[in-house]
Amino acid sequence: MESGICVSKGYAIGKAFVYKDIDIQAFAHKTAHPEEEVVRLTIAVEETKKQIKETAKNAVSNVGCSESVIFESHISFLNDPEFIGKVYKEILNYNKTSEKAICDVTNELSAVFLQFEDEYMRERAADIRDVGARVLDTLTGTGRGSLEDVPENTIIIAHDLMPSDTARIDKRKVLGFITETGGKTSHTAIMARAMNLTAIVGFQDITSKVKTGDVIIVDGISGEVFINPDDTAIEFYEDKKTQYIRHLEKLKEKQNESIISKNGKQILVAANIGSIAEAESAVCNGADAIGLFRTEFIYMDRNSLPDEEEQFEIYKAIAQKMGKKPITVRTIDIGGDKSLPYLNIPEEMNPFLGLRAIRLCLKHRDIFKTQLRAILRASFYGNMQIMFPMIGNMDELNRAKAAVRECKEELDAEGVKYNDRMKIGMMIEIPAAAIMADEFAKCVDFFSIGTNDLTQYTLAVDRLNENISELYDPQNPAVMRLIKGIIHAAHANEIPCFMCGEMAGDSSAIPLLLNYGLDEFSVSPVLIPEIKSLIRKYQ
Amino acid sequence: MISETVIVKNKIGFHARPASLIVNKVNEFESEVTIRKGEQTATAKSMISLLTLRVKMDDEIVISAEGRDEQAVVQALIDLVNTRFGEE
Repeated sequence: MESGICVSKGYAIGKAFVYKDIDIQAFAHKTAHPEEEVVRLTIAVEETKKQIKETAKNAVSNVGCSESVIFESHISFLNDPEFIGKVYKEILNYNKTSEKAICDVTNELSAVFLQFEDEYMRERAADIRDVGARVLDTLTGTGRGSLEDVPENTIIIAHDLMPSDTARIDKRKVLGFITETGGKTSHTAIMARAMNLTAIVGFQDITSKVKTGDVIIVDGISGEVFINPDDTAIEFYEDKKTQYIRHLEKLKEKQNESIISKNGKQILVAANIGSIAEAESAVCNGADAIGLFRTEFIYMDRNSLPDEEEQFEIYKAIAQKMGKKPITVRTIDIGGDKSLPYLNIPEEMNPFLGLRAIRLCLKHRDIFKTQLRAILRASFYGNMQIMFPMIGNMDELNRAKAAVRECKEELDAEGVKYNDRMKIGMMIEIPAAAIMADEFAKCVDFFSIGTNDLTQYTLAVDRLNENISELYDPQNPAVMRLIKGIIHAAHANEIPCFMCGEMAGDSSAIPLLLNYGLDEFSVSPVLIPEIKSLIRKYQ
Repeated sequence: MISETVIVKNKIGFHARPASLIVNKVNEFESEVTIRKGEQTATAKSMISLLTLRVKMDDEIVISAEGRDEQAVVQALIDLVNTRFGEE
């Protein structure tokens, strides 16, 4: 049996709904009555606009606001003389059918946008294809069917799901999906996890193997798919599913109990979060703390920098949600591969060794200080602590801390309240910082080890390069020796040491990390119950 | 017909949002409006056309209009550019 990549765990048993691109060959290309085609197209375009407005509303309630802005530009495309105007011309000048005309114009325009080098323009090509497909869908009526009208217990099978598609998925009816394209970090994968659906991506040819109505078992643990299985297989998987749910529930029973180590110290299991919704999930899964609050999302999917007030409201909301539990806010880690179009940062040869994270912040102090002020102000409402990413030398740490002091003085002068004793820590993810950990430990309140970058920098292995993926080994002895040294340096100076990289959620690393004395494991919210149960078992 | 030259000052240049603001503004008037950057000219009623100009911060553009309210529409667009499309 072939398999794909599991991006959202679980088991799902349901009926397939194959969501295919419309085959343009199935429709007439020429017409003898172009005027009639013009009327058909006009009606279809108006109808599509209505649908898009409807979808935008769903997107807000299903996935949150940032996705829904996409749809405003989709409507603009439908009013565009260079898009819809061209489609009319194709019909009238060449006697094309509406279907053929819209396909041709969509292909032509998306090719134009794909020529550009910047990511922003290339993404607009996807928008154009998305809009074109929607009009075609409305025109043909029966085409690929509607994602809104699927029956209960549906598993969606598609070549690829576009942002507008995932926004239309009804969580009450859909159990999961399988796509042919995509990887662990693709848009669809992220959506699946956010919506808690079982999902497999990168499954070759699945749309030609499955027909709508087929009974499907999705094994979101192994990545396997079973098409029209016999009763024994269904029974077997029903059992597995029940056991899995029971297993999750059992883990959940104990998720709120704290873990005390043999020498009487509490071991925290914290959450890595990147949105307000994930903070919610952290609470539901029994997080002892927020070990890593990635603030990048506040800066993404927009046209200009978020101001202090907007950031403050977000930090405050999370502070209040977590009560007394500590929240480690990492100052922005952008630059390098995560760029923001509105900052106009030039492209770099080696983005991972380039102007990113704290380096960028120290160059753009206005951006940095806006964020620091917002975090400081929120510290009045909860247990916030600040963490600097990518610190490589003492000078950077000193300058970052100086910026915090400056912000405090400003707030004092303005009479704005904040927690003056807020803790300041740093990530250890550059080997230079790991080697000098004993010196850094005297200057901060805590460490947090970022194992992903620490591994790639220590081993000189680009973690995104598929050709050398076998060399990317976070448990390489060199990396483990650094980690051991970092934890010891922290404890020798009486500060705690956290870990927020992938390794913290890797069951095979837990015994060793406990043995080194790691104080906090910070993992994706859904993993917390499982990691807590493993830590209990090992110690 | 009148033409005015102006320098774009907002950080992101002509992305979707600024482009759609231009389209909406132009639709309030009767005149035909084009925007030129270097050799390339776009019709100001088309977001796609404006996007493909790829106007960035500090680029110089020429706004031209022809029609009964040409003066007013050019002024309105210059105001939009100079106020950085409401960006911070």
